[in-house]
Amino acid sequence: MMELKFSLNGKKVSTIIEADSLLIDVVRDLGCLSVKRGCETSNCGLCTVFVNDKPVLSCSVLAARVEGQNVTTLEGLQEEAAEFGAFLADQGAEQCGFCNPGFMMNAIAMFRENPHPEEEEILSYLAGNLCRCSGYEGQLRSIQTYLAFKDSQKGGV
Amino acid sequence: MRVVNQPIRKKDAMSLVTGKPVYTGDMVDKNALVVKLLHSPHANAMIQEIETSVAMKVPGIEAIFTYKDVPQKRFTMAGQTYPEPSPYDRLIMDQHIRYNGDIVAIVAGENEKAVNKAMKLIKVKYDVLPAVLDFRTAKDNETLVHPEENWVANCPVGADNKRNLCAHEVSGHGDIDAVMADCDIVMERTYHTKANSQAMMETFRTYTYMDTYGRLNILSATQIVFHIRRIVAQALDIPKSKVRVTKPRIGGGFGAKQTSVTEVYPAFVTWKTGKPAYLVYSREETQTCGCPRHEMELTVKIGAMKDGRIRGLEVYTLSNTGAYGEHGPTTVGLSGHKPIPLYNKYQEAHRFSYDVVYTNVQAAGAYRGYGATQGIFAVETIVNELAAELKMDPVALRELNIVREGQVMPAYYGETCNSCALDRCLAATAERIKWNEKYPCKDMGNGKIRSVGVAMSMQGSSISNCDVGGATIKLNDDGFYALHIGAADMGTGCDTVLAQMAAEVMECDVDNIIVYGADTDISPYDSGSYASSTTYLTGNAVADACTKLRESLQKIGASIMGCSVEETGFDGKKVYRLEAVEGEKNEVSLVDIATASMVNNYYETQFTSMVSSPVSPPPFMVGMAEVEIDTETGDIKVLNYEATVDCGTPINPNLARVQTEGGIGQGIGMALYEDITYGADGAIAENSFMQYKIPTRQDVGRIHVEFEASYEPSQHFGAKSIGEVVINTPSPAIAHAVYKATGVWFRELPITPEKILKGLQEKNK
Amino acid sequence: MLQINRYVKVSSLEEAYELNQKKNNVIIGGMHWLKMMDRMVGTAIDLSGLGLDEIIETEDSFEIGCMVTLRQLEQHEGLNKYTAGAVADAVKDIVGVQFRNTATVGGSIFGRYGFSDVLTVFLALDTTVVCHKAGEVSLQEYVKLPQDRDILVKLIVKKVPMAVAYQAQRHARTDFPILTCAVSYWNGTWHAAVGARPGRAELVVDENKLVSGETATAEEAKAFGKAVAKQLIYNSNMRGSAEYRQQITPVLVKRAMLAAGKGR
Repeated sequence: MMELKFSLNGKKVSTIIEADSLLIDVVRDLGCLSVKRGCETSNCGLCTVFVNDKPVLSCSVLAARVEGQNVTTLEGLQEEAAEFGAFLADQGAEQCGFCNPGFMMNAIAMFRENPHPEEEEILSYLAGNLCRCSGYEGQLRSIQTYLAFKDSQKGGV
Repeated sequence: MRVVNQPIRKKDAMSLVTGKPVYTGDMVDKNALVVKLLHSPHANAMIQEIETSVAMKVPGIEAIFTYKDVPQKRFTMAGQTYPEPSPYDRLIMDQHIRYNGDIVAIVAGENEKAVNKAMKLIKVKYDVLPAVLDFRTAKDNETLVHPEENWVANCPVGADNKRNLCAHEVSGHGDIDAVMADCDIVMERTYHTKANSQAMMETFRTYTYMDTYGRLNILSATQIVFHIRRIVAQALDIPKSKVRVTKPRIGGGFGAKQTSVTEVYPAFVTWKTGKPAYLVYSREETQTCGCPRHEMELTVKIGAMKDGRIRGLEVYTLSNTGAYGEHGPTTVGLSGHKPIPLYNKYQEAHRFSYDVVYTNVQAAGAYRGYGATQGIFAVETIVNELAAELKMDPVALRELNIVREGQVMPAYYGETCNSCALDRCLAATAERIKWNEKYPCKDMGNGKIRSVGVAMSMQGSSISNCDVGGATIKLNDDGFYALHIGAADMGTGCDTVLAQMAAEVMECDVDNIIVYGADTDISPYDSGSYASSTTYLTGNAVADACTKLRESLQKIGASIMGCSVEETGFDGKKVYRLEAVEGEKNEVSLVDIATASMVNNYYETQFTSMVSSPVSPPPFMVGMAEVEIDTETGDIKVLNYEATVDCGTPINPNLARVQTEGGIGQGIGMALYEDITYGADGAIAENSFMQYKIPTRQDVGRIHVEFEASYEPSQHFGAKSIGEVVINTPSPAIAHAVYKATGVWFRELPITPEKILKGLQEKNK
Repeated sequence: MLQINRYVKVSSLEEAYELNQKKNNVIIGGMHWLKMMDRMVGTAIDLSGLGLDEIIETEDSFEIGCMVTLRQLEQHEGLNKYTAGAVADAVKDIVGVQFRNTATVGGSIFGRYGFSDVLTVFLALDTTVVCHKAGEVSLQEYVKLPQDRDILVKLIVKKVPMAVAYQAQRHARTDFPILTCAVSYWNGTWHAAVGARPGRAELVVDENKLVSGETATAEEAKAFGKAVAKQLIYNSNMRGSAEYRQQITPVLVKRAMLAAGKGR
């Protein structure tokens, strides 16, 4: 048992963990239920969260390692999620929704890192986010229409 | 149509994209017992001894159950209408272990660590028996998977547990042998499709607890709440009245959750201990103790004339149901009854026969396509092989032979094809992919060749004369409506699709309909969301219930206005006199009717409709794949996939499109990567997402989908199903494209680079 | 299931080294592999407070700390300029961005994994490994040593004039490779590192001078590829047979050589 202090979605939190507690379980215990587990082998991308703004797989991060760090889940990005998510919803590409939080997180990370990704860059950046429902095509359309919308907001780029 | 055929956003969409806690695992009481299962490391064994007392001493362990503790009534986990065609061959746990992964013990404790520790302390002595691992050797093998005397087949499906037979049948029409003898060309080929996992992102999971009334509540990721109620009651040997089943949002199903994979175990724990319990299958358990697609070997014989007329088709299917018979007798039927009718035009005779065998591997189950996928791979490929043999364009060969609207289909239970745009689908897809330019192939230099391939598909819409669709519509204050359904939205969007239909009939906005489902205590009975039934069948129930409600609203309006109901109309906002009368009240708003319905009311404002269908109208589809083959490494890439679907009226074109794209994505996985293989001990090698590779977004190329709508007269809005028909074309279309690039036919899936390179080398020898 | 009794974020390499002498203690990298093991760990030793997560480019080398992530490798301008993108090519298909944001170079190299793209590409470069106690040793020698209780501190890639390119055969795009291949031309000789056979990558040097110079012809490249395939040992696993791996080795070697040559 050890005490862990970190920032979760901008709020300082303190919780008791074990040495082998994984970040996914700790944030879920703290109420961030958007974070999902789809595998045990670091393959599906469902558990994506940000540690210091970098997308990582929370199923493979020891919770102890985020002492003093900033952790962000989709609960902390509700505005961005709703804004981009509306484009996903308008394609019907959210489907079962179980992979959505991890996908949203990594897409938001991509938008921040590369605001104007080419199609190949989108596919490559998000390759670690599996989805079994959509065939990915609707997700791609939603990203492209969202990017076009963001550009038009800025008066075109 | 105003609301139907519109790309309306799913009602739950914003909750899903913002990550709201709406799934089973998000709703579990933190104090619920953690339930885990101990699995067998042997494929066929008897438990000689099982010792749990040491494990029970681990602090925090609540209960450990073994085969000694469970009721001895056999049941099936298949979610099917009673009496189920799947044999009653299961116990919650059995002394006889029938596959590597079979359930040996249920462990329940306060936390995961305690349960894990206890699992390691359970000592089991097995008497290991020889196992049947190759399904070709199963029939009449001296090793019996189900030697037990209390094994029961409830339906006459040709099952015989003393021969390892789960089902057997021969059917047909016409004199197939005479027709074949009279054909210019007769070809026979054998095809092999493997077990595939549905690989939905949410693994199997179930939460159970006792409620105020001492009833067992089951909250589960399931497509079939009503069947789960029956299955659990039977397995636990308790009255059905003691069980309630609800489902929250489901993280994908694709048929996997049409089998009761996890429900009985935590249910048993809760029933025995009175405590809430939660079982979540790991991905490994989902891969190895789930219910994948039936592995099948299909031998197809086709008889045709030199001009391309196909006169006879014969299919023999050997299907591997694994250790238990869930969906075994039924999936196999589709392997013949779906592909054979596609070539209906000149078909004079067909024969379809099958054996479904038990083996000591993971039991198969329902997976999108449900046998049609396997049959269509085989039949579509032999048709492509026939085209090559006849030196005919395979698109032209299909144009000549395909089923047309108005034809009776002897191989499809004698049903008449009342809606069919297959011909238009074929022409439109060929045009979009530029078939005439790209066929057969193009050498790109550097050892790379691009080529195109084609396949068609059909499925059904609900199980005819069996499935029941149910819907309840209720008027509420302010004139909004509540729609209750027993069908299960598993991400497919049926909550929204059915609300669209209700809104269309009630002439209101879709936001004016709230939807609730599925709950066995509250929802009207519905067989559940499987067999491509919900849009077609439950949709009809919705339309019917709404039509009745409209009539009743008009009655209330008429009584308020003091006229007869025949003199009124309803436009969604008000009931009005068709011909206004001066000085009289000429209209009553819906709000006023809703209010009136709650004061001194003698009229019904809630209607339930239950419907079945004597037919199962097939949706149709054409898929064309463009691939690039690297002839030096055998590497294969799907570049483009063009598809055109006839699902009748697409109720929600967005959702229909994404269903299609998703089905094609899964089909590409089946064609190229997805495989389940067994070691000598029957253990599955592809036991994780690390080893079982589903396509990533870099693997599916660009998928483009269009619709060619026919109008199905037996559905209120002309709709047919979409969910399953869309998975069937990639395997045969890709196999065809590979042939065009390499000159080699690949008759076993998946088609890997290694197989392609080997095939090329053998051809060039 | 992995169980860990104690977690220590060390403040010095010496502290890490001391802790690591106990058999059931372990240094944690990205944790992706370790997490999947059914294993009891006494102390998990975290090096992430030691500043070993940097790539330092000097005039004649790159020093790559053991905690540098695969994503850092992928994005490092200098390293990818020097290798004409070969390092980025090697890691870009490893699972996904999130995975590469935590998987470490140290973990990949210390683990000596057969499937390692990372090991393959660094073998083709002039790479040495610096261990806390054993000091500097060539990567080629290092990977042949059994896993010991020393600490892999950093890699040093010397900036010799170099032409290099990377190729791999994968099934689904982000899957483990069926074969990995990095070729390089330096010190007047071609080198080919081939891994995922499925055994760990090994380096073959064109000692017989099958290739005359930096600009290899297709025939020369093929000849060297065949020699490489002949020299290495292949085995089968669920992703591919030994035969297939051996057959495509010359193809990947040839393609990488032609790409490398063209790059300069």
